[in-house]
Amino acid sequence: MFYNEEFETLPREALKALQLKRLQQVLQRVYHTVGFYKKAFDRAQIKPSDIKSLNDLKKLPFITRKDMSDNYPYGLFSVPMSSIVRLHATSGTTGRSAVFGYTRHDIETWSELVARCLVAAGITKNDIIHNAFSYGLFTGGLGLHYGAEKIDASVIPISGGNAKRQLMILRDFGPTVICCTPSYALYLAQEARTMNMDLKTFKLRVGIFGAEPWSKAMREEIEKSFGITALDIYGLSEVIGPGIAMECIEAHNGMHIFEDHFIVETINPQTGEVLPEGQEGELVFTSLSREAIPLVRYRSGDISKLITEPCRCGRTHIKMERALKRSDDMLIISGVNIFPAQVEAILVDIEGLEPRYQLIVDKAGALDALELQVEVSDKIFSDSGSVKELQKIEQRIVKDMQDYLGVEPRVKLVGPNTLPKAGAKVIDKRRI
Amino acid sequence: MKVEQISVFLENKPGTLQQATRVLKDANINIRTLSVAETADFGILRLIVNDVEKANKVLKDSGFQVSKTPVVAVEVPDKPGGLHSVLEAVSQEGINVEYLYAFVEKSGENAVIIFRFDNPEKAIEILTKKNFTVVPGKKLYEF
Ligand SMILES: [Zn+2]
Repeated sequence: MFYNEEFETLPREALKALQLKRLQQVLQRVYHTVGFYKKAFDRAQIKPSDIKSLNDLKKLPFITRKDMSDNYPYGLFSVPMSSIVRLHATSGTTGRSAVFGYTRHDIETWSELVARCLVAAGITKNDIIHNAFSYGLFTGGLGLHYGAEKIDASVIPISGGNAKRQLMILRDFGPTVICCTPSYALYLAQEARTMNMDLKTFKLRVGIFGAEPWSKAMREEIEKSFGITALDIYGLSEVIGPGIAMECIEAHNGMHIFEDHFIVETINPQTGEVLPEGQEGELVFTSLSREAIPLVRYRSGDISKLITEPCRCGRTHIKMERALKRSDDMLIISGVNIFPAQVEAILVDIEGLEPRYQLIVDKAGALDALELQVEVSDKIFSDSGSVKELQKIEQRIVKDMQDYLGVEPRVKLVGPNTLPKAGAKVIDKRRI
Repeated sequence: MKVEQISVFLENKPGTLQQATRVLKDANINIRTLSVAETADFGILRLIVNDVEKANKVLKDSGFQVSKTPVVAVEVPDKPGGLHSVLEAVSQEGINVEYLYAFVEKSGENAVIIFRFDNPEKAIEILTKKNFTVVPGKKLYEF
């Protein structure tokens, strides 16, 4: 089943021609409306008109996540604020966060992309969708919601958290579809067991999972405990949100990237050199239809592989494997993206604290557990040497991490000079 | 009249307390009394020693986070209500106790209690005025 059969099954030659036409328009637009691109293109001594084929794309400079936060909040917008109807953002303090605007047309595009994803999962207007992705500045919740409404399905906008209530609604409302992060699905399964609920007797048929890496074993466990087919969705808030790529239920193997809206490249993350399709590398996306923040060669940081073989579902769009690795130090904690530099910025802002820290990530049951170790500085300790003061600092760190980054770490104060001075700020013990 | 207490940050892992006391022993420092305040994540070792400066230095040199905290030592008769009378005297004047622990005398019938007040100077003034026996640091270190 297709949502937009014409475009989803466009012969590759026509698809390439469409990509080139759209790319050339995007380049003209960003060069003339966004200072960042004009400077970057001028520095690379290239003009939009120099891009005569898709092959020329590699001559253009990349844009990175850092460029986005350097231009915080609105520096990369290519339309005036009067044309913006929605703002989403990543977590992080000022200058470490990134803000994404959407025009009405962008919301339309995004809704259609998610609608395509849902239809690729065999979902119709007769389905009830339990959407447990977070609503708010994170793109997951509202992204799925608009797509679900677009196909006239019934949406339960439950958002994240409160597992007991989620299970009650899953049982009583009888949704046929569940959407959330894979680790949250496993957590729900675990809670269901302790409450003696058998998820397999519920009406759920299919699940759409994303926003964090997950293994084949996790997928099998989710499918077994819920009695559903578990499918993968891919998105990047920087580019649009969920809906860049989706696994089709027919093949259940790899996510189709909607190539009429995005150009994907694979690069060597060290050299930036473009790799042949099918080789493992960092995925780079160019958005072809975004109005508010068109991105040209955005480095996703996700390491994956493209699958070029034709798919049995009939879609002509290329597929990507699940991204299990990162090219940078970004951590995904229960679906929330955080960078060590953001943690450092929070510690620096707390008076008397020295930002000597280490992040330790592990699994606590199905969920991710984050421990933040911070060295006790002279300043903090000499002031009082009291338990109360140190506990106050611990609470402040936890609160700031929750407020700015949306994660709740266990803070552990450690002695001076016990953490490595340089290098590994992160120890990730999770196995995926 | 104030007493200097050594406070040592202890990471919550096995052996750190023992490590700290070994450092002091190796430097021939006598521990007059000690108490440990523990939370789930860390502990603070509180010490009254015979040589504050030396203890501070050797602990720091061994990589411990150390600070000196002014506390007040009060001799109270070792009988019911002894501690209560001290607490009553200071709380009437709006002084709060953060923590307290007992000092073990070698002999004698009086107990010495170490108090951490939020305002040690004022506490000493009040207690002296009310005829409590505030033990000066110098005497305590050499007990
Ligand atoms: Zn397919």
